[in-house]
Amino acid sequence: MTRRLLDGSPDLTGHRRRHGPVPYHGKDALVGALEAAGLTGRGGAGFPTHRKLAAVGGAGRRVVVVANAAEGEPASAKDRALLAANPHLVLDGLRIAADALGTRALHLYLGARADSGPVAAALAERAGSGYDRAGVAVHTAPDTFVAGEESAVVAAIEGRPPVPADKARPVFAHGVGGAPTLVLNVETLAHLALVARYGPAWFRAAGTADEPGTFLVTVGGAVREPGVREVPYGVPLGDVVIPAAPVRAVLAGGYHGTWAPLDPRIPLSRAGLAAYGATPGAGVVSALDARRCPLDAAARVVAYLAGQSAGQCGPCLNGLPRLAETFGALARGHPQQGEVARLAGLVAGRGACHHPDGAVRFVASTLSFFADDVAAHLAGRCVAAGVR
Amino acid sequence: MRTLRIDWTACDGRGLCAELLPELLAADDWGYPVIRGAVEVPAPLAGHAERAVRACPRRALRLA
Repeated sequence: MTRRLLDGSPDLTGHRRRHGPVPYHGKDALVGALEAAGLTGRGGAGFPTHRKLAAVGGAGRRVVVVANAAEGEPASAKDRALLAANPHLVLDGLRIAADALGTRALHLYLGARADSGPVAAALAERAGSGYDRAGVAVHTAPDTFVAGEESAVVAAIEGRPPVPADKARPVFAHGVGGAPTLVLNVETLAHLALVARYGPAWFRAAGTADEPGTFLVTVGGAVREPGVREVPYGVPLGDVVIPAAPVRAVLAGGYHGTWAPLDPRIPLSRAGLAAYGATPGAGVVSALDARRCPLDAAARVVAYLAGQSAGQCGPCLNGLPRLAETFGALARGHPQQGEVARLAGLVAGRGACHHPDGAVRFVASTLSFFADDVAAHLAGRCVAAGVR
Repeated sequence: MRTLRIDWTACDGRGLCAELLPELLAADDWGYPVIRGAVEVPAPLAGHAERAVRACPRRALRLA
């Protein structure tokens, strides 16, 4: 077991004993170390962290750094688990990134379901002991799916409703108060804090050559031990999903994700899941009980996603509820395949954020992976009803 | 060549752009222009595109 993030100490004494003081790196050195380490964002998109860091700042402009723990994905619990187990490592990462960019404008954006206690205690310990005197403004996200989208995070910090903005002005150039803003997921920051201390070669000792390091995965559904685990990229799916019941499929990447078979040999990585058109996303793997109707389960997810439209963009606001209704009718055995496809086509790519695209991806994956179930439902039967 | 895009957070589906520029923009079920990402505007339509941009009451249609 590789436990880099979850084995930490929630109190500063233990954290300091284990990891020592917060190291300092200039921007170029930190960007270089992160590039050599191959650290990618752990919030879902998997963007190279060194490129994000390199893109902000320069030309003497004041920069803002935000630790993002909004975790709006309902199937994910890893960011709040990390903050409860190892808050100092996340705060170290925030401080290291801020020092490299020469700023003291630091924010932590907590998820609605997170316990703010460990974070508040950690911040008080750091300030009181002189370990880290940089103040961090703490904000709490609403419990919505899109609250963690980068431009929604900026809006929340500015005191506006946390909904995504048009992308004409990217956050890295024009974020909080108009300042260039670096928004990094809290797990990414924790890895950053370790790379800054122990270097790229140490970081690469876990994971694969193309996808180095460990990541946090939230395992849910019909499994023996649901919860958050830390695993290296490339770990076999069978090591992570231990069925507690017959399992029909796994949903990789959460509610915007893609179905894959529970083949225990599939490597849990972008490369391993690519064969199924899936990605680990923000590290979510949910096992579907074979006795549960997949189309009914999927229809509930689509209905949830429709309800999570921020209501700003017409195609999403109008199209997702229609798509959810029509998909629901199809799941109940009405021949609506053509209309589902037409509505999915109308919604995709027509919003300020990728929420409609994620919903369409989930619908498309469901219809293709469970094509036999669709055919059975249209014939008045259900595949899942026959499973004991 | 110039491209046309929509700020979806501003667009209210008033439909003027689809009326003024039917060559490039159709209205969807709810009156919103059907366009994905940035659409190239052929030179002969540049004038019509500019007119559609000026006519948008929400300033949601953008030429770049």
